[in-house]
Order: sequence, then structure tokens, then C-alpha cells
Amino acid sequence: MSSSREAILGRIRSALADVPGTEDSTDIAVDWVYGQRPEGAADDMLGLFVERVEDYRAVVDRITSDELAGRIADVLAEHEVNSVVIPAGAPEQWREAVAGRGITVLSDDPVLSHRELDATGGVVTASRVGIAETGTIVLDHDADQGRRALSLVPDLHVCVIGSDQVVSDVPEAVARLQASIDSRQPLTWISGPSATSDIELNRVEGVHGPRTLHVLLVDAG
Amino acid sequence: MTAEPTETVADHGVPAVHERRTPAPPPVTLIGMPKFPKNAKKELGNAQLRSNLRHATTTIRNKRARVVQELPHWEQLRLAGEAIKNRTLRHLDDYLIQLEESLTANGAIVHWANDADEANQIVIDITRSKGVDEVVKVKSMATQEIDLNEALEEAGIAAWETDLAELIVQLGHDRPSHILVPAIHRNRSEVREIFLEEMGRYGTPPPEGLTDDPAMLAGAARVHLRDKFMRAKVAVSGANFAIAETGTLVVVESEGNGRMCLTLPETLISIVGIEKTLPTFADLEVFMQLLPRSSTAERMNPYTSMWSGVREGDGPQEVHVVLVDNGRTKVLADEVGRQALRCIRCSACLNICPVYERVGGHAYGSVYPGPIGAILTPQLRGTASEVDKSLPYASSLCGACFEVCPVRINIPEVLVHLRNKVVEENPGPSLQNIGMKAGGWLMGKGSRFGMAGKGAEAFGTVWPGSKIGPLPIPGWAAGWTGARDMKKPATETFRDWWKKREKTAGRGDQEGQA
Repeated sequence: MSSSREAILGRIRSALADVPGTEDSTDIAVDWVYGQRPEGAADDMLGLFVERVEDYRAVVDRITSDELAGRIADVLAEHEVNSVVIPAGAPEQWREAVAGRGITVLSDDPVLSHRELDATGGVVTASRVGIAETGTIVLDHDADQGRRALSLVPDLHVCVIGSDQVVSDVPEAVARLQASIDSRQPLTWISGPSATSDIELNRVEGVHGPRTLHVLLVDAG
Repeated sequence: MTAEPTETVADHGVPAVHERRTPAPPPVTLIGMPKFPKNAKKELGNAQLRSNLRHATTTIRNKRARVVQELPHWEQLRLAGEAIKNRTLRHLDDYLIQLEESLTANGAIVHWANDADEANQIVIDITRSKGVDEVVKVKSMATQEIDLNEALEEAGIAAWETDLAELIVQLGHDRPSHILVPAIHRNRSEVREIFLEEMGRYGTPPPEGLTDDPAMLAGAARVHLRDKFMRAKVAVSGANFAIAETGTLVVVESEGNGRMCLTLPETLISIVGIEKTLPTFADLEVFMQLLPRSSTAERMNPYTSMWSGVREGDGPQEVHVVLVDNGRTKVLADEVGRQALRCIRCSACLNICPVYERVGGHAYGSVYPGPIGAILTPQLRGTASEVDKSLPYASSLCGACFEVCPVRINIPEVLVHLRNKVVEENPGPSLQNIGMKAGGWLMGKGSRFGMAGKGAEAFGTVWPGSKIGPLPIPGWAAGWTGARDMKKPATETFRDWWKKREKTAGRGDQEGQA
């Protein structure tokens, strides 16, 4: 394969014969200031975030941190979930509140098989960043969010985000996520529940990912 | 790729050469396709196709216009996208080496493939080394381009498409007709029929009482594929972006089938065109704004996965990345044509194109249809075949594709450039050359031009009616005039009218203020 490598690099170099040898990649100006909040960004960022997440037909509750554990348990009970996976790094109060309702709590330790995960009714995770403009939540799969399969296979995803984690738009989010990328954590950007528009461009929620996304936005104050 | 056919004897005594694992695509190979006008004429006769397409493209381009308007800095984003891609392409060798280093440091195994055969062989070898005979696939243009599924099939490996539209295409023994929505040419009742007919043969059958409700059809796909996801050991994906600085690959999707493939199997093989490279993670802030709004016309697509090689205890523990050329360096060598490599496969140019809307994707004879296909395919494959030679002409040069392109590929400019190339590569007297020479002689001298005008005036005076329709002449001209109505020449030439006007004092001022 190394011969293919040399052949491809060789062809690239001869294809770029018109590029002066003295040219540096940064000589090609990119007229863009990275990581900025766009001009005219909404003042009510949290309001916009809620509106945009709801646009994808996800459910958003704005609650206080005192209400959080109880609300998690309520949501799972409302969906009549029998078992739920809550990653090992999530707050202990979440687990206690849910277990208190008679719902089986799994913590993926030992690691759940795909089939076990598929038989689990829901998942509760924290998250890393929320993007108001696009209604997106990004997971970096830290200990309070668990490995990627956890928030994928169960049909209900209850996702917790703090109001101080919500930023204006994609550039600010990318800047905040740089640290996660630098430590080579995987990222999952989630904008509403799983959806498809493959049949006559009709949007249908729920194909392979969780068909229900319930977001709990916790006021940091 | 040595296929070991299963020898079975059919009822009629003829040995069936190969027992397929997956549904067979239509028999016509793309390379052997007739040229674009012939394909176009055939597709234009399909009223259902035209109606499906018109509905779909109209819907999505209106939606795109709305979400693009939401961003006042859209033009700055396009300019930044163009500049970042240019920066990468002009220093592609450096960025690819950096990408290889980062990926390797992250625990990924990097392969390089000159062409489709090499890329396919790499996938076959890895899959066989895992002792499995099936893979699950994330929708990927690169794997379509190299015809991976058929190469795997010949090697006795089943490739299961998991994107809903790709599933419809695969089960329908069909070919994709759109970059983003490959089954755009199918309506819901056709999808239902395909599912009822084929799903059960290749896995979990559709539920009882399947209707043509899109939600129910999507539900059938969920159930059909779930078992395949659960048992899959090897997945194959493409990548929308590959970040040189951090060795991060990005897959942008909607359904979660991508996440399933990227997360559940033990081994992941990603086929990445060399032009997918981006310098830094920060560059994604530009492309994650440009791509979703341009492609699915959403503020953001439902799911995007980013992974940097192997993550212990999370996802595939063996990660391969195959960097594919397959003609891309040829495109890069053309100073005008290389801008086509900026393409991020959003398909906005397909949805806005009046030609695509009428003929659909199959007429282009390539996995890359529409305006971008018309400039990318002849550059990737060369212009030896009839269909490839005709592709640069599959456009009215209206320029709408350039206006919507998120990375500002000047498609009309490249089309004209490629037309020129096709003509130069195919020398000999053409009607166009003869016509141009005749025109040059005629206009070379004022008196000759004046005479020609007089001739046309005489013709216009005697010709009945106001239009010239089909002419009773043999050969090509009959076909040309048969499809067009031309206004007959004026009964007075401009030169004569001008002379008269000069003589009529005073009238000129009034006329000049119309």
C-alpha cells in the first residue's frame, strides 16, 4: 500500500505544479473570524434554544436544579419505561430518584451487550454544549454521558443540559468543543429525534435512533 | 476479487453461476450508457418520475431558501468555505500527510488506494480477515463511486445499505438518482410495493397491513435493519470531512443508521476521498453551517458523528481509513476544473437545476448526477465514453447552480471549459465548426453581411405565418427544427430601418426615450 501512497502524493504534487513552492497554506486568506458570536444574535438565547429544539418535535422542559432528579423520574414514568440506563458518571441523585419509582436502573457497568441495550426502554445523559440558533445538543461522551451506544439504541433519550452550557451558534460551540476534540473524545451532535425525509421529502420522526428526545434545560441560577 | 460462484443447477438444467446475497442492481452498467440526450429523452417520457421529481425539488429548494435567509452572514460563510477548501486543495499533499499522522496517532490504520479496485480489495481483505460475510453500510457517495457493493457481492460478502433511501434503492434493484435523496424518483406507493415484495427475502419482513404512510414505511425499515445492526461485526462508511490536525472523521446524517454503523460493530472501515480533508477542527464551524442548510434545508441535520480513531471502551476498537484517489488527482491537475473538488455533496445544485428537475438523476449515467455530476464525472472518468463526452452539454448554463453552491463552485465556467476540452480532444469537421467558419466569412465584410440581410428580408416577405416550424429537409436539421419554432426573419433589415430613421428628422428623439 505504501506504493499507492507514494503514487498518490506524487500525482498530487505534479497536479499542483502551478502552485509556487514558496506559497504557504496560510497565504490563502480565509476572511473569517473563528469562534465569534454572530452579529445580531438573539438576546434571549435560552428562549431561542427551546424554540429551535421544539421545532424538531422534541420536548423541552425548563426547570430548576432542585426539580431535576424528580423530573427525570417523572419523564421516564410518563413513558412507561421499565428499565433505563444512566451512565456511571451521572449524579447519584438521578439514579436514586428513578429507582425510587420502581424503574430498573442500569449503569453500563459491566458493559451492556447490544441486545441488552436494545431491551432497555430509555437512557438519561448529561451533555456538553447546546446551540441556540440550530437547536442542537452536543455530547462528548464524558463519564456523565456514557459511551456512544447508550444514547443511541434505547428508544427514549432524556437529555439534561444546563443553561450555562447553551451558546449562540455553531462557532461558539465549536470553540467550546475544542478541548473535547483535543482529548480525542468522540462527539455526537443531536438535533431532535431521529428523522428521515427519504420518502417524498416528508419529514418522519423516528427511524433508527431514539424516537423520542426529551430535553431538560436546567437554570444555572 | 476472485468470485467463487456457488454452482447450483436450476430446474431447466442450466447451472446458475452465482447465488447472490443482496438484491441485484439493474443490469446496465453506467459506463456503457448512451449519451445524455438519449437518456434524457427516455426519462422525459416517464410522467411519474417527472411528477415525483418536480414535487421533491420544488419542496426542498423553497425550504433551503428559507433557512439560508435566516443567516445574514451567508455570503461570508460561502466565501470562507471556498477559501478553506482552496487552501486545502492547493496544499493537499501536506494536509494528507498530516491527516495520516494524526489518524495513526489516534490508533487508526490508514490505507491508500489509487483506484476503485484497490479500495474495494482493501475492504474485502479486512472483512475476510474478520471471518464474516456481511457488512452494514452508511450511505456514502465514495462507496457508490467505486461500486463497492458489487465488488463485495462478487467476493461473497453481503453489503447491507442502512439509509432508508439506499435501502429502497437496493431492495428495488435500482440505482440512486440523487446525491442526498437517492430514491427521490420513487413515491410512497412504489416504496410500499418494493418493501412488500423484497424485504422478507433479505431479513425481517415488513409488518402486517403495511400502508404507504411514510411513518409506517420508516417503521418497517427500523424493524428490518435492527437485527442487522445488532449482529454486524464490520461496518463501512464514508466521511463528510476528515480533519488533518486532529485525525477526526465526520459523518453527517439524519436517521441514526450512521450512528449505528459507526458505533456498534467491532471494526469500522471508512472510505474517504482525498479531497474531503479539512485543515482544522475549527474549520467545521463554517461547514457545519453551510452543509445542513444547503442539503436537507434544515438548520441542522438530526445527527452528526465525529470520531478520532479508536476510543477505548467506546465504539469500534479497530478503525480503518482508506484514502481514495480514483481520478481526483486528474481533476486537481486542471486549474479551472479543480474547483469541483471543493464539492461537499450537498445537492443544492441538483435541486435548483431546471435540467435535473425534468430528466432526473439516472440520465447522467453517473453516481454524481445534476450540475456537479456534469463537471465532476467527465473529469474523474475522462471523456472517452459517449455519456461522459455529452455531460458538459447537459446544462442550459443558466447559472443557478453557482448561486446556490455553498462553496461557490462556478459550475457554468467549468462546463464551458470542459466543452472546449471535449471539442479539442475530438478534432475533425463538426457542424459547429463549419457554421462558425461560414458565419465568420459572412460577417467579415459589411457588404456580405448586408447581402445576407437582404436575403433574409426576401425570405421573411414570402414565408407564410410568423414562425418557422419543422423544415422538410433530411438529416440532423430536420430533428433540430422539429423540436423548435423559430421566428421568421423580419420583412425589413435593421440596416434599412436605421437608414430610414436617419432620414426622418425629429422622430429619433422621441423614439430614444421609450
